[in-house]
Amino acid sequence: MLYFPKWKIFLVIGICLVGLITAFPNVLSDDEAESLPGWIPHDKINLGLDLQGGLHFLLEVDLKAVTEERMSDLFSDVRVRLRQARIRATGFSRSGPRVSFKLNNPDDTARAMDTLQGLVVNKVPTLTSSGGPDIVIRDNGGGKIELELTEQEIEDRKSGVVDQTIEVVRNRIDELGTREPTIQRQGDSRIIVQLPGESDRDRVIGILKRTAKLTFQMVDLTTNPADAERGRIPPGSELVPADANDQFATQYVLRKRIIVSGEMLVDAQPTFQQGVPVVQFRFNSNGARRFADATRENVGKPFAVVLDGKVITAPRINEPILGGSGIITGGFTVQTANDLALLLRAGALPAPIKILEERSVGPDLGADSIAAGEFASVAGLVAVMVYIVLAYGFFGIVADMALFLNMALIAGALSTLGATLTLPGIAGIVLTIGMAVDANVLIFERIREEVRAGKTPIAALDAGYSRALGTILDANITTLIAALILFQFGSGPVKGFAVTLAIGIFTSVFTAVTVSRLMLVGWLRRTRPKALPI
Amino acid sequence: MRLLKLVPAGTNIGFITGRHIAYAISGTLMLASLVLFIVDGLNYGIDFKGGILMEVGTTGPADLAVIRRSLESLKLGDAAVQEFGQPSDVLIRIERQPGDAEAQQAAVARVRQQLSRDIEGEVSFRRVEVVGPKVSGELIVDGVLSVVLAIGAVLLYIWFRFEWQFGVGAVLALIHDVTLTIGLFSLTGLEFNLSTIAAILTIVGYSLNDTVVVYDRVRENLRKFKKMPLKELLNRSINETLSRTSITSLTTLLALFALFGFGGENLRGFTAAMIWGVFVGTYSSIFVAAPLLLRLNLRSNPSAGAGVPAKG
Repeated sequence: MLYFPKWKIFLVIGICLVGLITAFPNVLSDDEAESLPGWIPHDKINLGLDLQGGLHFLLEVDLKAVTEERMSDLFSDVRVRLRQARIRATGFSRSGPRVSFKLNNPDDTARAMDTLQGLVVNKVPTLTSSGGPDIVIRDNGGGKIELELTEQEIEDRKSGVVDQTIEVVRNRIDELGTREPTIQRQGDSRIIVQLPGESDRDRVIGILKRTAKLTFQMVDLTTNPADAERGRIPPGSELVPADANDQFATQYVLRKRIIVSGEMLVDAQPTFQQGVPVVQFRFNSNGARRFADATRENVGKPFAVVLDGKVITAPRINEPILGGSGIITGGFTVQTANDLALLLRAGALPAPIKILEERSVGPDLGADSIAAGEFASVAGLVAVMVYIVLAYGFFGIVADMALFLNMALIAGALSTLGATLTLPGIAGIVLTIGMAVDANVLIFERIREEVRAGKTPIAALDAGYSRALGTILDANITTLIAALILFQFGSGPVKGFAVTLAIGIFTSVFTAVTVSRLMLVGWLRRTRPKALPI
Repeated sequence: MRLLKLVPAGTNIGFITGRHIAYAISGTLMLASLVLFIVDGLNYGIDFKGGILMEVGTTGPADLAVIRRSLESLKLGDAAVQEFGQPSDVLIRIERQPGDAEAQQAAVARVRQQLSRDIEGEVSFRRVEVVGPKVSGELIVDGVLSVVLAIGAVLLYIWFRFEWQFGVGAVLALIHDVTLTIGLFSLTGLEFNLSTIAAILTIVGYSLNDTVVVYDRVRENLRKFKKMPLKELLNRSINETLSRTSITSLTTLLALFALFGFGGENLRGFTAAMIWGVFVGTYSSIFVAAPLLLRLNLRSNPSAGAGVPAKG
């Protein structure tokens, strides 16, 4: 079919123009690209971390800790309730999601079940959870009772914790000020964090991993740490180790009751007091009130500031603090005060996170990789283009023009789709250069055969394109399958390779089949040669 | 203008008649690859073994002995130190530390501290990669699964477009290619990591590309020459596609050599695998995939006149 309907011609030329326009910003600098008029797309190709330098972390939220805390709370709640109702029981034990005990008097069973029922929360079904009671209370006969968290509750908590962790991580990264960070959930409990341009990996790891749980608790003056160590610790108190910087003590006995916690903070800022870096904080109205009450009732007594399970300072309350703001001292340096303030502002992590995988690339390596990739691409492109002209003469030149447009289309597609170009991705482009000509070769070889079989130029061209099309499609679809599977299973840089390979396949087939054909048909109609120079 | 023709028109090389030699060569190579794999194993990168990888840049040529001593003093277990591309670029691989992800991170911190102290001049840590045990285990599974799935998907596609014998032939050729590539990695000790899996999958795609072109011609000839004995038909198909096969292999190799030479050290292993893959893929399409059709009882159209023997 040598007649190219007008609409097809316009479509093909249109696609090529779109390709060129979308690819164009890549040859400009960032500023120049920004200042392009509105109707021209501004996007440049997104560079992967291995090309621009940056940090990549795969985090995993430690979900075991989630049920632990809940169970610990439940355990004390059960004991408190039973005591309030004056029901005696023994043999309290806790294992996994279950709390069990034995009533001294089995006749109390009904009353106990009743009291404990108050602990159960019936949750409303939502989009993400089917709702229902969060705890199940069982009467095992003979006064033995056990409480257990429901499956649904455990699932909901875990999911909630991961969501919350992502939020906290996002806040912390925001505070860092990284340009265009990526924070993404992966699977049930994993988070991918990518920070292009960041290079201080130690600091970032510190900021990501600190739980940053802040609580204010009163010091228990009735017991000293030595006694507490031996086990003589009153209910409602706990033994808490001191931070390494503490010059006064190695551990403290604190009341468990939390006066205020980090969640009630509105602001935290690093500042100086008497030349020493400190962190200034401010509570919300609820926190301010609780703090005011506690300080009013306990003038002259010390309270402890506990961060991540360690006491960092235990100042004496000189006067009631009614304004809800104060200062935390604790042997900070400018950097650590800054980082702590950052963490307090961003919020505490609901559960600890582990770093499963890290890949960090320095900026010089990134620049070197880009330079190498560019050089290899140009070298490969030139080599292939020269060879094709040597092999196919005039038709080769047509193939080369199609190849060039192919490159532009790939660049345009990458820019528009926002796909990420990695070093293997550049390899994918160079590989595409080598394989793209294949489609043209298939067509040209077929045309040669038709010419040898005695067909006229027009018929040979026609037969060549139509016969070769089936082969081209079959051959390229198979490579596409490989690319898609690679995309699915690959990670990071390898995914980038799959993307450019896949895009390259589409653009190669397009340019070889339509663009080169358009050019050849146009040339044929104009010159009407007696024989094809192939 | 005299055009550069790699393959003259109308060749008639006896590929099919020579197929037994090809079978022998292929068989030997596959066996050798398998033996090498079992005996020597592969040089797994940290993607699959877990561990720590650091690329360190020094001012002036690096003194590897100093670095090795420095690492030894930290007692981190197996540590490999090698030059990477230039004399001032060093690649350090440290085996997985006992313990979980935390332990790996701690080790990295100690290495950085120690090296900054022991190496003269400015030390830049160009790249740090830490892969914990959990992730490396998953990456192995993903890697193997992807190759198996790819071959499976291909089998389905070929079965759909051609007949079952073509599918089997294609898959056997692919298994041949993958085995020989693994053999190459075992022999040379090139690092076997995620990029290698990418290379293997690309080789699968490329080899299949080649095979499909030959098969396509076989299918066309089966329709055109209903009376031709299969041996002759297969041979003719291969010869007819020879020009295209050699040209495409050449252009792909040109691009790959450009990458190998100029693409930087990071891509070298990957590119080497791909170059090998082009040779092996082309070889398998001609000497494995097509001749196997003979053995698989591929008949010409049975309804065409006098019965045509499947094996000539």
